[in-house]
Amino acid sequence: MFTRRTLLGAAAAISLLAQTTGAFAQDKLYVPLISKGFQHQFWQAVKAGADKAAGELGVEVTFEGPDNESQVDKQIDMLAAALAKNPAAIGFAALDSQAAIPLLQQAKDAGIPVIAFDSGVDSDIPLATAATDNLAAAALAADKLAELIGGAGKVAVVAHDQTSRTGVDRRDGFLNRMKEQHPDIEVVTVEYGGGDHLKSTEITKAILTANPDIKGIFGTNEGSAIGVLNGVREAGAEVVVVGYDSGKAQTDAIRAGQMAGAITQNPVGIGYETVKAAVAASKGETVEPNIDTGFYWYDATNIDSPEISAVLYE
Amino acid sequence: MSETTAIRGGAQQKLLAFASLIVLVLGFSLASPNFFQTSNIMAILQAASVNGVLAVGVTLIIITGGIDLSIGTLMTFCAVMTGVVLTWAGMPLILGVVAAIATGALCGLVSGFFVARLKIPPFIATLGMMLILKGLSLIVTGTKPIYFNDTPGFTLIAQGSVIGALIPAFPVPNGVLILFLVAGATAWVLSRTVLGRYTFALGSNEEAVRLSGVNTDGWKMAIYALAGGIVGIGGLLIASRLNSAQPALGLGYELEAIAAVVIGGTSLAGGRGTILGTLIGALIMAVLTNGLRVLSVAPEWQTVVTGAIIIIAVYADQLRHRKSS
Repeated sequence: MFTRRTLLGAAAAISLLAQTTGAFAQDKLYVPLISKGFQHQFWQAVKAGADKAAGELGVEVTFEGPDNESQVDKQIDMLAAALAKNPAAIGFAALDSQAAIPLLQQAKDAGIPVIAFDSGVDSDIPLATAATDNLAAAALAADKLAELIGGAGKVAVVAHDQTSRTGVDRRDGFLNRMKEQHPDIEVVTVEYGGGDHLKSTEITKAILTANPDIKGIFGTNEGSAIGVLNGVREAGAEVVVVGYDSGKAQTDAIRAGQMAGAITQNPVGIGYETVKAAVAASKGETVEPNIDTGFYWYDATNIDSPEISAVLYE
Repeated sequence: MSETTAIRGGAQQKLLAFASLIVLVLGFSLASPNFFQTSNIMAILQAASVNGVLAVGVTLIIITGGIDLSIGTLMTFCAVMTGVVLTWAGMPLILGVVAAIATGALCGLVSGFFVARLKIPPFIATLGMMLILKGLSLIVTGTKPIYFNDTPGFTLIAQGSVIGALIPAFPVPNGVLILFLVAGATAWVLSRTVLGRYTFALGSNEEAVRLSGVNTDGWKMAIYALAGGIVGIGGLLIASRLNSAQPALGLGYELEAIAAVVIGGTSLAGGRGTILGTLIGALIMAVLTNGLRVLSVAPEWQTVVTGAIIIIAVYADQLRHRKSS
């Protein structure tokens, strides 16, 4: 008896879900975006941009990504489910390009255009890539930090991870620029906090304990930068902090002068351009292969300028 | 008497789990025309293969009344060792397969040693192993993925389709075939061998088994090693599927596997469980994840629904047990 009731309940629940979500107008173009994540404010800003484009162009957009950037296989499963829905085009931010190639090939064979976003896909299947040049952006962070500490002294990097494209590019962009342009600056260590606030805080305190004479620290994403800020605050140290991306904690710290400044990408633009290119490609129009969505340095002086405030997120 | 109820209980649980699976598939098929299509069904099976193999392995340990939290990162470490053997050392494919299984069995043996000989509670011993193996994967690879581009045929282990070559309308990926073979072999070990009998006996009453003169420590270590070897096959599958050993992967996969085991009716208290149940549990997880995506349910709600299903499944099992006893 109980069994039958549970089963009926389950069936009812599914059909309910279907009614609320399956209302999917079949005449509208459908474009799923498979991202690298969805919980962070950054991805929510990308989603906001995608939704904006969807509203303007009258298409249906869905947005999803795995819980963290190491889950390559989960992302592949998401791509497979998206393909099953016969979309007009797909937006895809690959965690690992090679791993995704069989499914991208499947999309290509089915005539579904693929637009890469955020960090690009290492393959010729995507018709276009909407992304930030992370190497150049991190190099700008290095220049700004060098300028702020007077061109000499010790600095450290608290990075979000050592395997993803953005993690590697931001770290290398920063390190290479320091080596090439700022020979008097020594990068004493690069540590990885997984973008986790608490872990990055502990790492920062350890760095400060080991190097009391350190002058500056670069946090390579939102979580890392906030962790660096907390660590410096808890240790009571006088250190120049440079961050990446935005979010309320970072923008508040920059306004209050606790953080010198940060690099911001244009996440809303990434989402917007991806959907726009996807829709154009699905209609057979040609699209620009490299869509540079841009990046900016912002600090207390320009944080409220219209150009900057348009790309920051809370 | 108690044995007959146990068997009947097992059959009933499997029936309940199987019926839930059918209801889910029917529900999703009615809700979306895109769900019940060959390519999507294959995608679901493919998604179930790695989790299924891990779940089959950990089922053995859970039946002994233990737990293994290290299976996710062990899977990754096995994939990494396969990469070392194939890509770095350039050895033939078969040795890569051996490396994955041997690494798994060896690490399982070490976990078993901690649990059986050093008497460290399984939760703690395998939590320690989980972290050790996560670190070792990152150290060995220098934090970069190892790719298998130089080993022709490696991706075919999981992505090819022997069945599809025979019956083109039914392109079941090899990874799924391997899952079913592993599950069949493990079910046979559990029901037909001494090792299987002791697995259940250890979970029901370890002290009684020990007092009757059985080397319980030795058998326990053997069971952990066998489970480790199975996890090694999981490592091989994920490496083949991704054409790479991803060193940062694996954390959290143990919980998904344990969820599949529990949905399949295996008791975390030990002494009771079936491989068929675990297999169905893994399929339910995969169908649920894929189906909610095909219906475009918001990702936040997908996790809520998955969590609720796990609780409902285990509660239904509890209720049935209370009734039968």
